Amino acid sequence: MIQIEGVSHHIGTAQILRDISTSLPEGRLTALIGPNGAGKSTLLRLIGRLEPLQAGRITVDEHDVARCPTGCLARVMAILGQQTAIASRLRLSELVGFGRWPHHQGRPSADDHARVAEALDAFALTPLAGRFLDEVSGGQAQRAHIAMAFAQDTPWLLLDEPLNNLDMSHARALMVRLRGLVADGGRSVAMVVHEINYAAAWADHVVAMKDGRIFATGAPAEVLTEEVLSALYDASIRVGQHHGRPLVLHHA
Amino acid sequence: MDRSGWMLAGLVALLAALSALWMLQGLGAGNRGFVLGLRAGKLAALVIVGAAVAVATVLFQTVAANRVLTPSIMGFDALYVLIQTTLVASFGTAAYAGLPAGGKFLSEVAVMTALACLLFGTLLARGGRDVPRMILTGVILGVMFRAMAGFLGRIMDPSEFAVVQSVSFASFNRVNADLLPIAAAVTALAVGLALRMAPRLDVLALGRDAAVSLGLRHQALVLAALALVSALVAVSTALVGPVAFFGLIVAGLAHALARTARHRVLLPAAALIAACLLVGGQWLFERQLGQAATLSVVVEFAGGLFFLYLLLKGRIR
Repeated sequence: MIQIEGVSHHIGTAQILRDISTSLPEGRLTALIGPNGAGKSTLLRLIGRLEPLQAGRITVDEHDVARCPTGCLARVMAILGQQTAIASRLRLSELVGFGRWPHHQGRPSADDHARVAEALDAFALTPLAGRFLDEVSGGQAQRAHIAMAFAQDTPWLLLDEPLNNLDMSHARALMVRLRGLVADGGRSVAMVVHEINYAAAWADHVVAMKDGRIFATGAPAEVLTEEVLSALYDASIRVGQHHGRPLVLHHA
Repeated sequence: MDRSGWMLAGLVALLAALSALWMLQGLGAGNRGFVLGLRAGKLAALVIVGAAVAVATVLFQTVAANRVLTPSIMGFDALYVLIQTTLVASFGTAAYAGLPAGGKFLSEVAVMTALACLLFGTLLARGGRDVPRMILTGVILGVMFRAMAGFLGRIMDPSEFAVVQSVSFASFNRVNADLLPIAAAVTALAVGLALRMAPRLDVLALGRDAAVSLGLRHQALVLAALALVSALVAVSTALVGPVAFFGLIVAGLAHALARTARHRVLLPAAALIAACLLVGGQWLFERQLGQAATLSVVVEFAGGLFFLYLLLKGRIR
């Protein structure tokens, strides 16, 4: 379980997060939703220790994010943040191979190679494995980065807008894969999503944020209602039903 | 042996051939021992400077997450010249010359490392995401260091200034020979440490977010790499003076030739390419063109053109 207690964050004079306390359940797919500037990405980056914690306390499976050695945390959670690799002369297989780095520190074993091959296969990247990073499309590079986080093989997977650049079929394939990790692999996933219907279709738990505060949390059926969503986005939003899941309509 | 292995072996062979040419070409009958000793000293200096500049530039580009920046553009060598000038200005020529060369050099390296880590460490510790601000800060710092050194030069005694001048302009003909052993030791140590860091540098090159997610101690590695960069820049500046574009041309060639992002290959490749260019170039100028030009001018000219080429081709990201 990820425990967040009294977390506040500011950048310059702008208050991004205001005294947030919540928990993300283990063995579930959690979706973080909310309008732009709600603080979703910042919260995820704080959990993933990509930003230093200013106030409050965050623990991931009892590991205090501020105190635990970063090498140890790398075996508890993998976070997909901003992709800013300068090494363009990097083959996709090498990039995904870096996902095993926390386990072997530069000396990969046969097991590590097998897991990299598995990760490449899981994200349909095997045919592209020999390509350089600057020879693939944005969506393919995005999938390679997700495959790297997947290869890290951690109990927690934190993804900041993983659906960016992905077409409909790859986005669905990714959600199916994440769903499978949670249901069969016993892993936990937390992700920031902008397209609410992905959260409606696949998430077990939804955390809605607005203006740096938690606006609502709970199962999709509880949070993704006309009342909550209209207040969350300050716009009139209709919610229908499709196969027993909420279906959010932005054009009604 | 894989492709990178062959490439490195080829570069070693090329360097050996150029070194043999440098040592033996046109060796007359008289006083061979003296000539060979002189040439060996210069060869050692060229190889050391090449390795130092190349490794410093590749390290710095990885840390800064940017292929346009070199330690010289960010004012590292100007910082070294400023430290030198300040020392001469405050102690006077006599006292300065009286200091033991090795100890003086080592303490300069220590001061430079501390200052560089302080100045550039704060700039780069957050992953160098704000590249324009970083380039601007670096360029301003470089100009400031140069201006302060120039100011000190103006108010100091002309004879003292002559001492400073020897480190302020690049010259491959006037190598500071007393420093050779200590410079060789510092370079060997720094290059060895850089190679030890190589797997971690590969992870660092993935960008800050990915590196932190993979459990790399990002800030510690950035500071360690910056310390090595400062020591290596101090070595090359002390031996031949500032060479602005040479590092850029070498790092660019290494990336183009090696076609890999692995620092185990990139670092030695860059060092070997640099040594080959310097030894070959110096041979050409000294023996074939009769000192008609200076290597440093051509290095800067060719390096500047190469810089423009890289920018226009969009190779620099």
